[in-house]
Order: sequence, then structure tokens, then C-alpha cells
Amino acid sequence: MATRRQFLKVGLAAGALLAGAGWLAFRGGRAPGPGYQWLDARSAAIVKALVPAVLAGSLPVSPDARREAVRETVAAFDRAVAGLSPAIQAEIAQLFALLGNGAGRFVVAGVRSAWAEAREDEVSAFLHRWRTSRFGLLRAGYQALTQLLQASWYGNPASWARIGYPGPPSLGGTPS
Amino acid sequence: MIPDPVREGLAAGWRVIDAAAQERDSTLEADVVVVGSGAGGGVTAEILAEAGLSVVIVEEGPLRSSADFHMREREAYPQLYQESAGRQTRDKAITILQGRCVGGSTTVNWTSSFRTPPRTLAHWRSAHGLAGAGEADLAPWFERMEARLDISPWPVPPNENNDLLRRGCERLGIPAGAIRRNVKGCWNLGYCGMGCPTNAKQSMLVTTLPGALARGATLVQRARLERLERQGDRIVAAHARPVAGTGSAPGAARLRLVARHYVLSAGAIGSPAILLRSALPDPHELVGRRTFLHPTVVSAAVMPGRVDGHAGAPQSVYSDHFLDSVPVDGPVGYKLEVPPLHPILAGITLPGYGQAHASLMAAFPNLQVVIALLRDGFHERSPGGRVRLRSDGSPELDYPLDDFLFEGMRRAYLTMAEIQFAAGAAQVMPLHEDAAPVTGWAAAREAIAALPMAPLHPRVVSAHVMGGCPMGPDASRAVVDERGRHHLVGNLSVHDGSVFPTSLGANPQLSIYAFAARFARGLAESLSPRARA
Repeated sequence: MATRRQFLKVGLAAGALLAGAGWLAFRGGRAPGPGYQWLDARSAAIVKALVPAVLAGSLPVSPDARREAVRETVAAFDRAVAGLSPAIQAEIAQLFALLGNGAGRFVVAGVRSAWAEAREDEVSAFLHRWRTSRFGLLRAGYQALTQLLQASWYGNPASWARIGYPGPPSLGGTPS
Repeated sequence: MIPDPVREGLAAGWRVIDAAAQERDSTLEADVVVVGSGAGGGVTAEILAEAGLSVVIVEEGPLRSSADFHMREREAYPQLYQESAGRQTRDKAITILQGRCVGGSTTVNWTSSFRTPPRTLAHWRSAHGLAGAGEADLAPWFERMEARLDISPWPVPPNENNDLLRRGCERLGIPAGAIRRNVKGCWNLGYCGMGCPTNAKQSMLVTTLPGALARGATLVQRARLERLERQGDRIVAAHARPVAGTGSAPGAARLRLVARHYVLSAGAIGSPAILLRSALPDPHELVGRRTFLHPTVVSAAVMPGRVDGHAGAPQSVYSDHFLDSVPVDGPVGYKLEVPPLHPILAGITLPGYGQAHASLMAAFPNLQVVIALLRDGFHERSPGGRVRLRSDGSPELDYPLDDFLFEGMRRAYLTMAEIQFAAGAAQVMPLHEDAAPVTGWAAAREAIAALPMAPLHPRVVSAHVMGGCPMGPDASRAVVDERGRHHLVGNLSVHDGSVFPTSLGANPQLSIYAFAARFARGLAESLSPRARA
């Protein structure tokens, strides 16, 4: 268990970084990366790093199917955020600005490696830390990231066989 | 092919305008502008149109109909719900399912139809001065709407998810009942939440809105009402802007609406937001306060056999025992129901990530889920939340969870686990970040007693937003009077769930229908000589 003092330190750092992240997120605006509606290249790399940890045990095992599943999950994440209101998109942009900033990644998320190199266990430890944080803001960040990814994967018919969901019923000859 | 009454109506010449496709500013005139096309707006529009009044309905969401309803979550949620079914309270501790499409939440709700509970009405009379909220006063309005929307007992046996709730209650001697539904020729598919693909659900989309449009009403879809323009004590115009794409960034062309009377039916987040953006007189700062959600906690069980909670009418069994057996204004009571189980909804509601989450998802066919809807707003320690405006004018609901509600949530977890074990569950898990599956009632009791309760630990959801523009006789305590008319602005009404002074303790659609019908009839009589005749 961390001490109260450590919690306070992380809390203050998170607050300061979020304030900075908000500024970063809006400085000159952000442009979607190639092939995306909303994610910029840096955020896409973070999402890609999160997928194996969040969806461990759910993704296909064969490398080709797995690669495709990861690609589709990141794309679905992108579409999902693009469909949210500008105010919520701005909050998610702040979250990514915090995580995408080296200091934020290291101090607040506790991930040492750059996102593109982050190992699954490192990412998983970060998720656990935020999930059990005493700061509501970090717990909310954890829930936003995991739920967006879970929605992105379980909306994909490729995920259904593993959970025994047969898909929607046929309406008898009606194309659907 | 299943006939699509909306596409047929469009082909027959209904007046429907897609605001997002408009390139130039425009003005529309009518006797009444109705903002929102859900339970309140749909009923209001039909009654006013029947009275011979010209009506313009303005809806923020898109017009989609059965031919578009493919029973796929990833299509349905972004198209038909606020924030893709992920609207949240300010601190993100409560996720709100709320429709954003023509027909509003009635297009995507689970068809549960309850009259306003008599104890709720009694509380409104005694604590909120609503003299007209007698059971006998409302009975004709309930009867009228039940007939209009085919609300009747559901003759088909419940699906296993619902039946397990019934059996668990039965074994414990807890009274449970059957839910009435607004359906006609239902196929028992289980996809009500993604838009009914067979038009069996008697939502506004296939009943009152076609009724109004057939009588010449105009529907403007994908237009968000930004503000009402006031001169003295009257509204002289309403200003709307198009909503482009699946997100909700505003488009450029402006729409001005001019009418004799304006009705807000934009829901209990939307209607207060319009009043706040319009800066209408609110000397007692009532608008947006006392907004209620029926904060709902969830308990999942793994059953020895298949449950297939995705198949069959989603809600057909309920228990009001934990509402009826406690004082209405004491520690918070709760209603028990079940939700449908579909992959996205299950995926985001089951807590955790990685292997632990994957194992829960692997039990998907055997999952049985119970929900407890807390009756908020009756106790002085349950003031609800407050709708405020963000800097961009969009609404945000600040609903702090506190110990009063957490205490009820913990009791509800215990109740649900006990029922699920009585029904034969192999494992039960409260949906809470710190919970793990347990295999027996004794262990569950111990684990639930030890769960830390703070925001973003329990999963809390809501599908019922109520309050924020309460009705009542006293302008210092209520925004509208008992006819739904604004206390301080002459030609403005509110007809939706925001008029309720507390939560209902029941799924709200039928209460909204009945109150809207009553308000609309009164309004029609005051505006139209023909209606009086």
C-alpha cells in the first residue's frame, strides 16, 4: 500500500499534468492520423498498446486473425470517439494528451517504455493502478479506456463465437 | 419484407425536413412548436394535430425506422442514443441510456409499462402539493394511452433471464409480477433496445408521430433547439441549428421557429438545458435541480444452464417488494428487474479487463443479470442531481453519489445475490470494481458487506432521467404548474419526464404519456376553438 503522502504527490502531479494536457490538447488543434476520423498518430499508438492488455484472453490466437482483430478494434475505437459530442471528445483528447506526454506516461500512468514498446504486463499494471486509484479522475480514465475498447471489440462479430453469442436472429428472408 | 410505416409515410408525402441537409437559414411558423419527439413530444404532437392545430416537431436525433434497425449494437448505439449509449454524469460514475432519435427513448426502450405508483402520487400530493395527482384524476389518461399504445399483459412466457428472477423471488417468498408491454404482434426477439425491427413496439415512431404527420404536422429532424427568445413574458421565437453527422457538432444553417405556443419535450436533461441556455426567469434557481435517475446497480450470476439473455422480450418480470415494504421517504427502496444481455452492453458493464473480464464474457450464454433501480428523490438526503451547462452550452448532469444511496446499493446487492442463489446460481458477482465471483450466499453476504462504496467503484447505470422542471402550484418550488405551463412565461409548457418532482419508482414511459396527454389536451382546448366544441 502506498502512503497517503505518495497518493497526494501523484494526485497533485496528475492535476498539474491534466491542466497541462488540456493546454497541449488544444494548442493549435489536433489532426486525425492517416486512416482515422479522430485519433491522431500518438493516440492511436496508445490505443494499440492498450488492446492486448484490455482484451487479453478475448482476442483470436492465430497471429493473422489477431492482427486483424487489433486493427479493427483500434478502428472501431476511433469511430466510437468520433461519434461522441465535442465536449466529451475534448475530455478524451485531454486524457490522451496526458498519456502521450512522456512525463504523464511515466509519473501518472507509471509506464516506463514508450507506448509503442510497452509490454502487456506494464500496460496491465497501469490499468490496475488507475482502476484502484483513490482519485476518481484516474478511475474514470481507466473506465473510459477499458469500456471504449470492450465496446469496440464486442461490437465486432469476430468476437461473438468465443462468447457463445449466435448473433442477431434472421427475420426470415429479410436482408439485414 | 416487413412493411416500414415510416418509409411509407414519407412516400405518401409527410412533411419531414432534414435540418442537416439545409444550406440556407430558414423560418418555419406554426401554432405550436414541440421540441423533442419522444414520449412527451410524440403524444403532445398527435393530440394538438388532432385538435386542428398546426404543429412543428423539432428533433435533435435522426429519423430511422424499422428498415434501418438491424439488431446490431455497434450500428444502433451511435445512431439512436445520446453519446452512443455512453452519456455519463459529470464525474462519470453513472452511465445513462437515453435515446437521441425520432421517437426518443421510446424507439429504444425495453417496452416496460407501469402506471405511476399510487404511493408516488400520494407523496406528490402530500409533499409537493400536487392536488391534481389523484389516482382517479389520472386513471382516464392512463386508460387513454394504454389503449392508444396497445399496453396490455404480455401473454408469452418470460425468457429464462426474467424467469430466473421470478423463480428466485418465489423460492424466497418475495412477491413478483408480470410487466405489461406496449407491443402489438411482438416476435419476442429481444432487440427492443436497438430499435424494433418488426414495428411491434408501439413507440412514438410508429404511433403518435405518424398520427401527427398524417394530420399535416411537420417534423424537423437533426435540429437542436438552442434557445428560446423572450420578449416580456412571452416567447417570440425559437432558434435551432442542424446537428451534423453521428457526433453532434453544430452545422451552419440556422432555423427560426415562430409559434403561438412552445412545448419543451426534450427530456429531463434536454428541457432544463434549453431553459438555462435561454436564460428565462428562474428566481428560485429551480431549473435543472432535483434531477433523478433511478440509480441502478447490477448483479450478475452464472447459471448451470443456458440463459441466453439476448433472446426474448427483455423485461417481463419485476418485483416491487423492496419499494412497497418500506416507507417511501425512509432509507432508499428499489425495484427489481432484469436487463437484456448483448455483447457490447455486457462487455462494458462487467467490470475489469484482461483475463478476468474474458472469463466472465466466456460465460455469456449462462449469465443471468438482475438490476435494482433505486427510488431517488423521496428522502431529504436524496436531492438528486443538477443539470448545468458546459462552456459550449451542452448540458451536463452533476449527480453526486453519496452514503445515502450507497447504503441502498449495498442492500440491493445483497437482495439480488440472495435471489440469484435461490434461483440456482453457481456463482454471483455484484458488478463492482472490487468484487469477485463467489459461490454461495454466505460468502456473498460477507463479500458484499466489505465492498468499498465510492463513486466509480460500483457500476451504476440509469435509463430513466426525471425531474429538473418540476410541476407544482407554487412558483417558488416548481417551474411549471399542474397543467405543464411555465409559471413565469405565458406561452411555454414542459411536457416530459422533467416535470416529475421526484423519481417515479417505476419505468417512466407510461407516466410521461399520461401526463403529456393531459397537458396536451388542456393546451389544445386553450388554443383551438375546434377542440373546445
